[in-house]
Amino acid sequence: MTRVLVLAALLAVLLPAGPARAVNPDEMLADPVLEARARDISKELRCLVCQNQSIDDSDAGLAKDLRVLVRERLKAGDSDDQVVAFVVARYGDFVLLKPPVKGSTLVLWAGPAVVAGLGILAVVVFFRRRRAAPAAAAPLTAEERARLNKLLEGDAP
Amino acid sequence: MTAELGHFAVILALFVAAVQATLPLIGAQRGDAQWMAVARPAALLQFLLVAVAFGCLTNLYVTSDFSVVNVAANSHTDKPLLYKISGVWGNHEGSMLLWVLILALFGSAVAAFGANLPPALRARVLAIQALIAVGFYLFILLTSNPFERLIPAPANGRDLNPLLQDPGLAFHPPMLYLGYVGFSMAFSFAIAALIEGRVDAAWARWVRPWTLAAWCFLTAGIGLGSWWAYYELGWGGWWYWDPVENASFMPWLAGTALLHSATVVEKRDTLKGWTVLLAIITFSMSLLGTFLVRSGVLTSVHAFATDPARGVFILVLLIIVIGGSLALYAWRGPQLVSAGLFQPISREGGLLFNNLVMATATAAVLLGTLYPLLLDAVGGGKVSVGPPFFNAVFIPLMLPMLAVMAVGPLLHWKRGDWRAAVQRLWPAMVAALAAAAGAWALVTDGPFLGPVGLALAAWLGVGTLVELAERLRLGRENLGRSLARLARQPRAAWGMTLAHLGLAVTIAGMTGAGAWVEESIQVMAPGDTVRLAGYEFRFTVSRDGRAVVVLNPEKRVYNVSGQPTTEAGIETRLTGDLYAVVGDRGTTADGRPGFVTRLYFNPLVAWMWGGLMIMVAGGALSLTDRRHRVGAPARRGIAAQAAGAD
Repeated sequence: MTRVLVLAALLAVLLPAGPARAVNPDEMLADPVLEARARDISKELRCLVCQNQSIDDSDAGLAKDLRVLVRERLKAGDSDDQVVAFVVARYGDFVLLKPPVKGSTLVLWAGPAVVAGLGILAVVVFFRRRRAAPAAAAPLTAEERARLNKLLEGDAP
Repeated sequence: MTAELGHFAVILALFVAAVQATLPLIGAQRGDAQWMAVARPAALLQFLLVAVAFGCLTNLYVTSDFSVVNVAANSHTDKPLLYKISGVWGNHEGSMLLWVLILALFGSAVAAFGANLPPALRARVLAIQALIAVGFYLFILLTSNPFERLIPAPANGRDLNPLLQDPGLAFHPPMLYLGYVGFSMAFSFAIAALIEGRVDAAWARWVRPWTLAAWCFLTAGIGLGSWWAYYELGWGGWWYWDPVENASFMPWLAGTALLHSATVVEKRDTLKGWTVLLAIITFSMSLLGTFLVRSGVLTSVHAFATDPARGVFILVLLIIVIGGSLALYAWRGPQLVSAGLFQPISREGGLLFNNLVMATATAAVLLGTLYPLLLDAVGGGKVSVGPPFFNAVFIPLMLPMLAVMAVGPLLHWKRGDWRAAVQRLWPAMVAALAAAAGAWALVTDGPFLGPVGLALAAWLGVGTLVELAERLRLGRENLGRSLARLARQPRAAWGMTLAHLGLAVTIAGMTGAGAWVEESIQVMAPGDTVRLAGYEFRFTVSRDGRAVVVLNPEKRVYNVSGQPTTEAGIETRLTGDLYAVVGDRGTTADGRPGFVTRLYFNPLVAWMWGGLMIMVAGGALSLTDRRHRVGAPARRGIAAQAAGAD
């Protein structure tokens, strides 16, 4: 029985408690331009207690607090970058769904480009070798050269 | 009794698999026909045993036997029969049993239909299938036994998560697993080829249909999952770059590359080493996907470390399978000599470009999915990698691929003329420009990617039709002859045309729904109206006969778990979906009581799934092609064998 309870508890943690309801009308700003900016910023910020959800998608209490915070900063006249910096200063880089480029994320950001570069290199080498191989295999022997010359001169062997 | 029977069947299957994994392999090495002959009956018997075990578990679910832990934790007497059955694989233990069932199914298919395979190749393929199976049987028996008893039995079960009680999700896991596990065929053939040191056209003829079948199932599985997320999670999203989604997307990307490179092996006898490597990578991604979803490592590296039995087991299995096969590849791979030569600008070159992009995309998704785990594991701090990262990396990769995709099929094998190909594509160019201009004119303030995406979709769609017209020599010969050619087109060629057309339609859908979605969130009282995307949404309590359409979004409360879920009301149209969700109670701006409503207009979103269905249909059509059922032509088979003997 305890096993079942543990499983149930795990499920409750792993799965969201119902579909996300996210942004509610009472949080929204009256100014549509400001609200649109708030939505865009919210999509880039992680709900810290959820798995892979932005605060714009999540109905967790913490996500709501962050949404309200973002809107308060915007109302106070912050730029988008200032709002994000404000949140990052409190919660760290973990809150950013698109991690900043820095030492610890260099592999992440450079990785795809490196793989693409290696792939292109491999393809180039592949074609180079292919071109080199038949050329290397084809040097004519003296006998063949003599036959070729005869052919070129027009008399059949 | 049923539970014990099932448990016993799994144990027997383990032993049969152990025999199947060893005797035929040794027999093939020694050239002993009798030892090799063990493989076929063993594969059939193994399938029979797992089928019995799976049948037992299904029976336990249908009869609601709560003296079994797994049933008690995931079922309930009040659950509809469909969800009692889908509950079998709606949990960890049951889904692992489904995994081995499908693995054994594929193995028995080789045993049953592989009569025209060389006996040594068949023996080795079946042995490697069984080796994988041994790993998974041990995993089930040692860490994830679905037949474990629960004494005393509870009066009723704990029910399946309401979100999973949905037809879309009932069939999503079997589809996905048919895809994942289907790639094990390509893997087993690849390993067998490495052991034999030989890859020929006959090999590719066998690998291609299995890969294609797996690809079709995986495409359908991913499509179903995305569709489910769209209508069930209730905010109109369809892809979240969630690690669980990525887990199924990585094998798809690698498998798509494999599909294309296997074509080159079959037709042109080249790219052999690379194709074998891709087969290994594709199945490794399937295993990795299983590991990611099943080990709990995604929740947190620390959760994984505190309850490590399952995770460590799969991790070790992963290291043995992937590490072992890559080591074998490093040792034997260089022996696979490719014969066919080709220029960079050629059909082969185009397919190679597809491989380059797909491999890079696989690596990018892999890196993004694993990076937070790796960084955390080495103590490098916590980092989030979410949709903004994946979009920033993935979309730039896909744009050039879509651009080249229309050109590639128009190039000749060996040596192509890209100028001539592009010149023939003028209708596609016109369509692309028209689509971009139209999109630009209709939505002036949308993101830049909108017109670009639609233009590429039009370019690819019309380009694919241009290629079909070229094959029919439409306009260059009289119409009757072209129509006669149309009837003579092989089904495999139709498959390619359909799959590429399907992708064009899907891209259009993704672009529309991604770039131009319109949303309105507010509290509405009965009688209120909201205008969105030119439609007037009226909140009514009863059905309104004069309306364009009646949407019936619901809030449901599931009796057993008490968990509320929202069901979206969706009206699908060619131009886009009207999507409505009812939320909690609230108060309108002027103080009347009402409900929070979320209204969306998702332009072209249905095209995405329609396109996926066309892609799957294309793959399925290609599978029925006669040439997949016969081996390679005898003449080439003999020539290849002679070459292999040299």
